[in-house]
Amino acid sequence: MLIDTSTTGLIQVEEGTKILPPNVIITTFDKIINWGRLSSIWPTTFGLACCAIEMMAAGAAHYDFDRFGIIFRGSPRQADCIIVAGTVTKKMAPVVRRVYDQIPEPRYVVAMGSCACTGGVFRTYSTVQGCDTFLPVDVYVPGCPPRPETLLEGMMLLQEKIRKEQARWSPWR
Amino acid sequence: MIQREAEKIFETRELNVNMGPQHPATHGVLRLVLDIDGETIVKVTPYVGYLHRGIEKLGESLSYFQALPLTDRMDYVSAMSNNIGYCVAVEKLFGIEAPERAKFIRTMVGEMSRIANHLLWLATHALDIGAMTVFLYCFREREWILELYEMICGARLTVTYPRIGGVRNDISQEFLDSLYKFTEEFPSRVLEYETLIDQNRIWLRRTKGIGVISAEEAVNWGMTGPTLRGSGVPYDIRKHMPYDAYDKVEFDVPIGTEGDTYDRYRCRMLEMRQSNKIIRQCIEKLPLGPVMADAPKFTLPPKDYILKDMEHLIHQFMLITKGPIVPEGEIYVATEVPKGELGFYFVSDGSGKPYRMRVRAPSFIHAGCLPRLCVGHLVADVIAAIGTIDIVLGECDR
Amino acid sequence: MAVTEVRISIHPAGLNPKDIAEKIKEQFPDQVIEVAEFRDQVAVIVKRDNIVEICRYLHDDPHLSLDHLQDITAVDYLNKKDVRFEVVYNLYSIRYRHKIRIRAQVPENDPEIDSVVPIWAGANWHERECFDMFGIVFTGHPDLRRILLPEDWEGHPLRKDYPLEGPEPDKDWPGFTEVLKRSKELREFEWEG
Repeated sequence: MLIDTSTTGLIQVEEGTKILPPNVIITTFDKIINWGRLSSIWPTTFGLACCAIEMMAAGAAHYDFDRFGIIFRGSPRQADCIIVAGTVTKKMAPVVRRVYDQIPEPRYVVAMGSCACTGGVFRTYSTVQGCDTFLPVDVYVPGCPPRPETLLEGMMLLQEKIRKEQARWSPWR
Repeated sequence: MIQREAEKIFETRELNVNMGPQHPATHGVLRLVLDIDGETIVKVTPYVGYLHRGIEKLGESLSYFQALPLTDRMDYVSAMSNNIGYCVAVEKLFGIEAPERAKFIRTMVGEMSRIANHLLWLATHALDIGAMTVFLYCFREREWILELYEMICGARLTVTYPRIGGVRNDISQEFLDSLYKFTEEFPSRVLEYETLIDQNRIWLRRTKGIGVISAEEAVNWGMTGPTLRGSGVPYDIRKHMPYDAYDKVEFDVPIGTEGDTYDRYRCRMLEMRQSNKIIRQCIEKLPLGPVMADAPKFTLPPKDYILKDMEHLIHQFMLITKGPIVPEGEIYVATEVPKGELGFYFVSDGSGKPYRMRVRAPSFIHAGCLPRLCVGHLVADVIAAIGTIDIVLGECDR
Repeated sequence: MAVTEVRISIHPAGLNPKDIAEKIKEQFPDQVIEVAEFRDQVAVIVKRDNIVEICRYLHDDPHLSLDHLQDITAVDYLNKKDVRFEVVYNLYSIRYRHKIRIRAQVPENDPEIDSVVPIWAGANWHERECFDMFGIVFTGHPDLRRILLPEDWEGHPLRKDYPLEGPEPDKDWPGFTEVLKRSKELREFEWEG
């Protein structure tokens, strides 16, 4: 923690953020808005198969999701992320793409589980070998199924990714 | 004349509504097309197949040992029961039998998975109908069971612990102590859930008289498990065709009378208590001995023998590369999983891979009964009906 | 209480499956081709012509009363037997606790068999799945269309000459190739970080 001993009395908390005690914070728009966005990622419920059960367990009381600000929304129009949890089949692929298209920007995709990342155990005629063939994936969470703590780690990686973004929220990107 | 004018303006038609594959009633990817007249349902058409992964075709290209993890992923809520069903069927096909200790362990974990399944069923059923507290309470117990699973075999959900010829590894005394503590505390937890919803006016209004089906019709539609027993038919495979250690433990089977959602709910709650009783008896009667059958042509030998003995090394090599040498024939074996009757039909052609592996999934049949259960009810009762037949789309679509 | 706990007894099963096979042979002597046995389970191989009468006899007869249809499935014996498909019915009696398996042979050039939906309503979805996976047409079925695969899918996957990994990417199901094309078009509007 660098203490700026100049005459203005500003304390630099981290790179780019300064505090004028007691209650004035000077920072960039990026940092403030990204902090707001990463602390309240709202996924849309998209549980397909076994990984959905671990996602529900992550949202239940033992491994709480809510303390990270993650609340599951039912409709994609009110969400800002989609967690594809489970195997994507060819019959279901148009539906997944449609739900993804309905999420307003800025939006993120988390591929949870081996089946969503690469097709998993099922190398058959009706399974899509990974949802990244038709969706731009941000975070891959492998496992069959991944433990709830692994999913939390995946969400924290997504939070890191959001923290580093620049001007995604603005109309001048 | 004014009436005729009014009828022309207020003409009513049937409405066609889609409850799409993505909906918050977390039962997976089931699509229903409802034809409704106002709020009353005229016809329901379920569309399944959004999770069809080709497990039956995949099983034909893998050996019997390799196809075992596929069965975990079918009914992913109670994975141990699927494995047990597969192992019992394949053991009968091979003509081998698991040792006594393995049978008791399998009965124990099978009943634990029955409790886990009914807890998740209650959580999602109540959440759909509106009781959100029950969801959190049930997941608390389910986490306890999943921790116990992790103590045995390292995995929470897709376990693959029962193997062909027995189980994978022996259980420790620490596990038995924790399980005993669980059986002591569990009845009070079931009492908690019952106090929350059993006599609740809203619950009774939403479940009594919904989805009524008589005994003959239920058998005709192919229902099995608690869905059938709620209508009064005493069909439980654990009593009709006992496997594992079910003929050595004493338990009752709850049978309903009305055939509506409330009776099926009471059946499953009482089944949870009976499973608790069975687990306790298994812990008390657990014999000592090996946990894997001694049939070198069909089961893998223990690791320390492989490293010392040439014959066992060759057996292990042949089993893993070519698969077991199975006599030609076919077999159908059914087991009682928490959702109903899970049947495996194998046709073997003498090689190490099944020629035909057929899975008779209870959820598939029950999803086909939805049109019969929902006709004449309101749209909100469709949610209660989906909850009461207890389907899981992984099993329905395979 | 409406729901009571009942102690069902484990008493031995009803008729021996071989006796049931004998009864079927008596009733329908010209339909039965063979009786096969493996590990105490008996299968009766019949021709497909009178399958509805056989099933109705098994369902209605008061001493057999095989009222629970456990499973209908099919097996493809490509190049192993003369008749390519066999439709397999697994039946069980809840009252008497005995069971039997009926296998009806269906040739490849004319894959049709009568539907047993009038006897068991639960056969509806079983037969739809057989049609979907094997291409066997059940005459008299109220609503025969594909159930597990999309309705305009080509080919019947569980036949032995269908590849496991599916058709080539350019001959794939058009619904999926459309999704891939559209996602490629929309990729230029995605955020590039």
